[in-house]
Amino acid sequence: MAEKHRFRDPELAKKIVQKIQKVTPKDEPVKFCHVCGTHEWTITHYGLRSLLPRNVEVIAGPGCPVCIVPAAEIDEAVQLAQKGVVITCFGDVLRVPGSNVSLLEAKAAGADVRVVYGVSDAVEMATREQDKEFAFSAVGFETTAPSTAVEALGKPPENFSFLVSHRLIPPAMELLLGVGDLNISGFIAPGHVSAIIGMKPYELFPRVYRMPTVVAGFEPIDVLMGIYMLLKQRAEGTARLENEYSRVVKWEGNPRALEVMERAFAVTGGNWRGIGRLPDSALKLRDELSAFDAREKYGVHVEQGKDILLGCECHLVIIGKIKPDECPMFMKACTPAKPVGACMVSSEGTCRVWAKNTAAQKI
Amino acid sequence: MCLAIPARVMRLDGGKAQVDFGEGVLRDVNVTLVDAKVGDYVLVHAGYAIQTVDEEDALETLALWKEILAAEKEQGS
Repeated sequence: MAEKHRFRDPELAKKIVQKIQKVTPKDEPVKFCHVCGTHEWTITHYGLRSLLPRNVEVIAGPGCPVCIVPAAEIDEAVQLAQKGVVITCFGDVLRVPGSNVSLLEAKAAGADVRVVYGVSDAVEMATREQDKEFAFSAVGFETTAPSTAVEALGKPPENFSFLVSHRLIPPAMELLLGVGDLNISGFIAPGHVSAIIGMKPYELFPRVYRMPTVVAGFEPIDVLMGIYMLLKQRAEGTARLENEYSRVVKWEGNPRALEVMERAFAVTGGNWRGIGRLPDSALKLRDELSAFDAREKYGVHVEQGKDILLGCECHLVIIGKIKPDECPMFMKACTPAKPVGACMVSSEGTCRVWAKNTAAQKI
Repeated sequence: MCLAIPARVMRLDGGKAQVDFGEGVLRDVNVTLVDAKVGDYVLVHAGYAIQTVDEEDALETLALWKEILAAEKEQGS
């Protein structure tokens, strides 16, 4: 669409950068955190860090929904695949390490694992192939969960079930505020999660934590403007919730999507790879839909898996504690062609984004 | 994963719509979560339209930013 290019306008970017320089405190370090793999991509791909004053840092929090799926849940999918259930998943999930093998390795060993564009394609496959059992690995944040909800509520065929690994972003943001010496000065909140959940779930950050929070879009101008808005709040000594991405994000979010999520899912505690268990951060199918819950249907429950391999520092990258190139394995033992950790597997993982955009990643 | 791409609604058929991602890339997506008319832009994620994109708002946003940036320049802030 035509306006997309306007949101990449170099002249406007230059003006925003000039304003950023004016409102940035001179010597004080400022650290903003985003929680979205697509934000990391925009920031890295367009080299936005290089445009910021030296004392303004932007770090990536747990914004890659594939990276934070615990090994135990990959193990469950692998077990089902090995039992003969056809596993359907997003492309990024295929190579995420389980405790022993990934779904791709299970596929290489003969399991039927298929990549789909979305959950509806998986349901269609199951409808066409009634002689087989299908399960969909439902990974994703609030952006993706409504599509799972619609299909779960839409009477899927009996040979279909869901291995739900959906997670919620606001609890992860709250966790970051409790990480010692992370010292975040403001949040760039994720635009497409917010398209669904709206602004309200972020209200606690300025109100309770005095944390400036700006929901931002994904074009370079969006991100720069978001950073400027955060710096301006800081300069004014206030903490507010602002919406940079109003062309997509409404205050109330998408009420219809929220309503189907509410009907299909209950909120529960969930494990995050590299982080551990976070209360009220995961979704599970409601009891009335348990016939479509793959864990119930096949009695598959893996309590604990091997999330982080020896030497891999994904757990520190995921919470923004270190940058990918501070991990001793980055681009040595761990590369996009031969990833060791989940952050190098997904196209939205911080390590992979950095690996693929080497020229622009440095500050 | 949370990548969502704007596309224009070309044809509506109940809960499905054919959308154009630009340069002739067409696909059927589920539009039950949004109120979309033919010609509207929707944001598509994993085969689902998750929100409509307000083109007018987009243009106004850009105009507003230019205005704010210009006004603040005059004030010398």
